[in-house]
Amino acid sequence: MTPAAAFVAPTIEWAYLVPVIVVLVAGVVGVLVEAFVPDRARRAVQLVLALGALAGALTSIVLLWPDVLERNGVRVLGGALVVDPFGLAVQGIVVVLALLATLVVADRTSTKQDAFAPTGAAVPGSAYEDLARRRGLEQTEVYPLVLFAVGGMMIFPATGDLLTMFVALEVLSLPLYVLTALARRRRLLSQEASFKYFLLGAFASAIFIFGVALVYGFAGSVQLAEVRGALLGGTGLDGMTSLVLLGLVMVLTGLLFKVGAAPFHSWTPDVYQGAPTPITGFMAACTKAAAFGALLRVLYVVGQALPPDLQEKLVVALWVVAILTMVVGTVIGVVQTDMKRLLAYSSIAHAGFLIVALVGFGELSGFGVRALLFYLLAYGLATIGAFAVVTLVRERAPQPVVVPAEADLATVGAGAGAGTSGTAASAGSDVPDAGAVLGEATHLSEWAGLGRRSPWLAGAFALFLLSMAGIPLTAGFIAKFTAFQSAVAVGAWPLALIGVLASAVAVFFYVRIIVLMFFTPTPTPTPTPQAAGGPGTAPDGASSTGGGTSPVAALTSRVTVVRSEGFTTVAIAICVIGVILLGVLPSSVLDLAFEAAKFRP
Amino acid sequence: MTTEIPWLTLLIALPLVGAAAVWGLGATSARKHLRTVAVVFGLAELVLLGLAISAFDTSDAGTVQLTETHAWIPQLGVSYAVGADGVALLLVGLSVLLVPLVILAAWREQDGDLAKLRHYLGLVLLLEAFMVAVFVARDVFFFYVLFEAMLIPVYFMIGGFGGGAQRRYAAVKFLLFSLAGGLVMLVAVIALYLNGPGGEQGFLTQNLVDHFAANPLPVSVERLLFLGFFLAFAIKAPLFPVHTWLPDAAEHAPAGTSTLLVGVLDKVGTFGMLTLCLPLFPHASQWAAPVVVVLAVVSILYGALMAIGQSDIMRLIAYTSVSHFGFIVLGIFSFTSLSVSGASFYMFNHGISTGALFLLAGFLVARHPTRSRRLADYGGLQRVTPVLAGTFLVAGLSALSLPGLSTFVSEIMVLVGTFSRSHPAALVAVLGVVLAALYVLLTYQKVFTGKAPHDLVGTPDLGAREKWVVAPLIVALLALGFYPAPALDLVREPAQATMTAVGLEDPATTPDLLSVEGSDS
Repeated sequence: MTPAAAFVAPTIEWAYLVPVIVVLVAGVVGVLVEAFVPDRARRAVQLVLALGALAGALTSIVLLWPDVLERNGVRVLGGALVVDPFGLAVQGIVVVLALLATLVVADRTSTKQDAFAPTGAAVPGSAYEDLARRRGLEQTEVYPLVLFAVGGMMIFPATGDLLTMFVALEVLSLPLYVLTALARRRRLLSQEASFKYFLLGAFASAIFIFGVALVYGFAGSVQLAEVRGALLGGTGLDGMTSLVLLGLVMVLTGLLFKVGAAPFHSWTPDVYQGAPTPITGFMAACTKAAAFGALLRVLYVVGQALPPDLQEKLVVALWVVAILTMVVGTVIGVVQTDMKRLLAYSSIAHAGFLIVALVGFGELSGFGVRALLFYLLAYGLATIGAFAVVTLVRERAPQPVVVPAEADLATVGAGAGAGTSGTAASAGSDVPDAGAVLGEATHLSEWAGLGRRSPWLAGAFALFLLSMAGIPLTAGFIAKFTAFQSAVAVGAWPLALIGVLASAVAVFFYVRIIVLMFFTPTPTPTPTPQAAGGPGTAPDGASSTGGGTSPVAALTSRVTVVRSEGFTTVAIAICVIGVILLGVLPSSVLDLAFEAAKFRP
Repeated sequence: MTTEIPWLTLLIALPLVGAAAVWGLGATSARKHLRTVAVVFGLAELVLLGLAISAFDTSDAGTVQLTETHAWIPQLGVSYAVGADGVALLLVGLSVLLVPLVILAAWREQDGDLAKLRHYLGLVLLLEAFMVAVFVARDVFFFYVLFEAMLIPVYFMIGGFGGGAQRRYAAVKFLLFSLAGGLVMLVAVIALYLNGPGGEQGFLTQNLVDHFAANPLPVSVERLLFLGFFLAFAIKAPLFPVHTWLPDAAEHAPAGTSTLLVGVLDKVGTFGMLTLCLPLFPHASQWAAPVVVVLAVVSILYGALMAIGQSDIMRLIAYTSVSHFGFIVLGIFSFTSLSVSGASFYMFNHGISTGALFLLAGFLVARHPTRSRRLADYGGLQRVTPVLAGTFLVAGLSALSLPGLSTFVSEIMVLVGTFSRSHPAALVAVLGVVLAALYVLLTYQKVFTGKAPHDLVGTPDLGAREKWVVAPLIVALLALGFYPAPALDLVREPAQATMTAVGLEDPATTPDLLSVEGSDS
C-alpha cells in the first residue's frame, strides 16, 4: 500500500464524462455484439445500441447543460477534458448530426442491401467477395466504428490539452479510414479513397504533433491553459514567442486538414466520392463540426493570448486560407459533373465561409462563436440531408442489354489498368435480373427530370441546395448572415465581400442541379460517352476519363429512385424541418449558441 | 401606433393560404376547381385591400400607417415590422390588382395540364404574398429576406413554365444577376446594422434613419453602403448597363410571369431606391445623383432604341420597360417633390400599362398557329380581331404617354420636375417620348395593319375571359388619366417626406404642378 501522503487519488467528476462514456462504451459493447450475438439478430441489436447510445448521449448533454452553464465549464481528468459551454455545444451538434447520419447508414432501402461491402476484407472482384455477397452477409461492424468515431469527435472539441486532442484526432480518424473503404459498389475507388485519406491524414497528424512539440518547447506544457498562461505571463522560453506561433500554425494545419480547407483540401473530393454515401454525409457534417470546434478552442485559448504582432500574422494566415478555400471550393465546384464530388467542393467552400466567421477570434464578442455553432448545425443538416437523398437515387440495369453484374467494378478495374481483373470478374458472375437496382446515380446528367418523377425527394434536395446557397428563409441564410456579420464586425469586410461573391458563384452550381431536376426532361436512353463519364470514373477521380467507360454507358440510361426502409425518410424529413425552422425562427437556437460562446481555458 | 386589425399581416397571409389551398386541392380529385379557387383568393385579396385602404388615413399619406412591429430574431436586431405609406399602398394595390388578372390570363395556359397549372397558380399566389410583404416591410433585414426569397418562385415560374429551349438559360441568368446584386447588398445590410443603433430593433428602417440623422455616417462608409444597396436595386429595376437579364427573362417567361416580373417585381428596385437609399444615405444619394441621372437618361434612350430594333414582341416590351424605368429613376434622383411623386405614380402606371401590353401580347401569341413571337409573322389583325387591336392600341398609347391616359400625368410630372433641377437631363429625356411614339406605332403598324397572312385570317377575337382580363387595366389607365387625384393624394406627401429626409428644397423654378393638376381634373 502506498502511503496516503504520497498518492492522492484524483477526484473525477464522472457526471461530466457521461456523454462521451456512453458513446464509447456502446462502441465496445458493439464489438462484443459482433462476437456473441447470432447473425440474424446482429443488425437489429447494433442499430438499437447505436441509436440508443447517441440518444443517451444527447439526453445527458441536455441534462448537463444548465449545470455547465452555471459553473462556466468544468475541467475534468486534470484538464484533459474541459466540459465548458462551448465544448458541450459542439458535442451536442455532433451527436445530433450523428444520430441523423446513423439513420441513413442503417437504411437498406427497398433493395435490402445496405451501402457497405458484404465483407470488407475481401479482395475486390474476387470469388470470395462474390460468395459473401450471395450469402447476403452484412458488415455490421459499421455501427461500432461509427460510435468510436463519434466518441473521438466528442472529445476533440472539449479537450484542454494538445496531446488529448491528438489522441481524439486519431480516435475519430481511424474508424473513418476503415469506413471509407467499405463501399459496396466501386470497391476499388472506395479502397483508394481510404488509402489516400489515410496517407494524407497521417501526414496531417504528423504535422500536428510536430506543432505540439514546438508549443511544448516554448511553454513546457501541452495544456492549453498553461500555454496561455505562459504567453500572458511571459513565463515561456525567453525570446522564443515565435516558436509558439510556428507550433500553433502547424497545429492549425492539422486541424485545417480535417475540415478540408484549402490548400489542405485535396483529399476531400476523392474521399467524399469514394466513401459509401451515408458515411460521406456523416464525415462531411460531423468531422467538420468536431474539427472546427477544436480549431476554435485552440484559436480562442492560445491564439488570443499571442502578442498583438504575432496575432496579426495568424490572422493574415487565416485570411489567406479563408480566401483560398472559398475560391477553390466554388470555382472548381462549378466544373464538377459528379454529384458527390460537387457536394465535396461545396463542403470545401463552406469550410471557407466558416473560417470567415473565425477571423474575429481576437475580439471577445462571442459573435464568431455564435456564428460558427449555428453554421455548423445548419450546414450539417443540409449536408446529411443531401447525401441521404443521393443514397436513394440509383441506376438500374437496362432490360435487354446483357451486362456483367460487376460491370461497374470491372470498369474500375479496367480503368486502373488491370484489364484482366475486369474479365475475371465478369467471368465469375451471373447476369443481373433485368431492371436490377445498381449503385448510386451520381453523374449529374442522371439527375435530369428527377423533379418530375419524384417531386418530394427532388423538392427536399432543392431545399438543401438552396440552404447551402444561403437563400433567405432557409437555415443557410441565417448561418451565412451571422458568419459574415462576425467578419464585418471586426472590420474584415473585404473577406465578407469575397465571401458573398463566392456564394454567388456557388449559387450557379447549386442552381444548375435544380435546373436539371426540375426543368430538364429525362434524357432518352441513348448513351453518349459524355453522359457515361460518371459511373465509370477511373480511380484517379477524374470524372471525365473516357477510358473504360463504355460497358457502363448502357447502365446510365436508366435511373430509378429506390424506396427507403423508413430510416432515411425520417432523416431527410428531420433535416427538411430543421433547415426551414432554423431559417424562419432561428431565435432560440441563436440564443443557445450565444450562451455557448464561453470557454474555460 | 397599432391598429386593432392587423390588415397588412392579413394581406400577406391570405395569398399564402391561397397557395396552400391550390397546392392541396391540386392533389385531390377536386382539381377541376383549381382555377376558380385561385381566382377567388385573388379577388378576396382585392376585397381585403379595399378594407385595408378604408382603414388608411389618406389625408396623412406621408406617415407610415397600419404598422405592426413584433420581435422576430431579436438576437440579430430583426423585427417583423410592416407598415404602409401612400406609395407602398399604391404598389400593394398594383400587385393585388394584377394577380387575379394574371390568374385569369393563365386559364388556358399549360394546355389544360392541371397538374402543371396547379404549380403555376400556387407560385403566383406565393409570389403575391412576397410582393405585398416586400412593399410594406419596415425592417431592412425583413425587406432583404423578401427581396431575395421572392427570386425563387419567379425563378421557377420562368424556368418551369416558359416556352422555348432557352428558358432555362433565361431563368438562371435572371437568378444569378439578381443574386449577385443581392449578395453585395447583404454585406451592406450587415455593415448598416453594425454602424446603426444596434440592439434588438436595430434593423427597423425608422430607427436607422433617425440614428443616421443624429450621427451621420463617415462619408466613405455612407458611399460604400449606398453603392451596395444601389447596385442591387439597379439590377432589379433594371437600369442600364445591368439590364441585360430582363429581355431574356421576358422573352422566355409566360406572359403572366412577365407581367408580374416587370410590372411589380422590378418596382422593388425603384421602390428600394426611394424608400431605403434616399432616406438612409441622403448625402451619398446626392453625391451619386449626377451619375445616376446620366445612367437613367441613357436607359431611357437605349431602351427605346433597342425596342425599335426588336423583332420579338416580348423582348420589345421588355426594352420599353428599360426605357420607362429610366424615367422612374430619373424622377427619383432629380430630388424635386414633383419628380419624386411623379416617379411614385409612374411606378403604378407603368405596372398597369406594361401589364396590359404583356398580357395582350400573350393573347396575340397564343392565337398564332406556331406561337410565333416574331413581329414579321403578323399583320392586318386590325380587321380580324378588332377588340384585340383596339385594346393593344390603348395600352400602347399609354406606353407613349398620350394625354388622357394616366401615364401622361406621371411622365409630365417627372419631366417638369427634372427640368427644374437639370435642363439638359430633361431635354435629352424628352427624346425618349418621341422614340416611344416610334416603337409603339411601328409595332402597331406591323402587327395590326396591312394585309393579314393566310394563317391568321380566321383568328378569333378576344373571348369574354380575355376581355375581363384587359378591361380593368384599360379602365384604370383612362380613369386615372382623367382623374388622377386619388393616386396623387397618396404619393404627394410621401414625396415631401422623402425630400425632407434627403434634406433638399425644391428649386425655386419648380412649378406647383400638383395643385394645378388637381384643379384641372
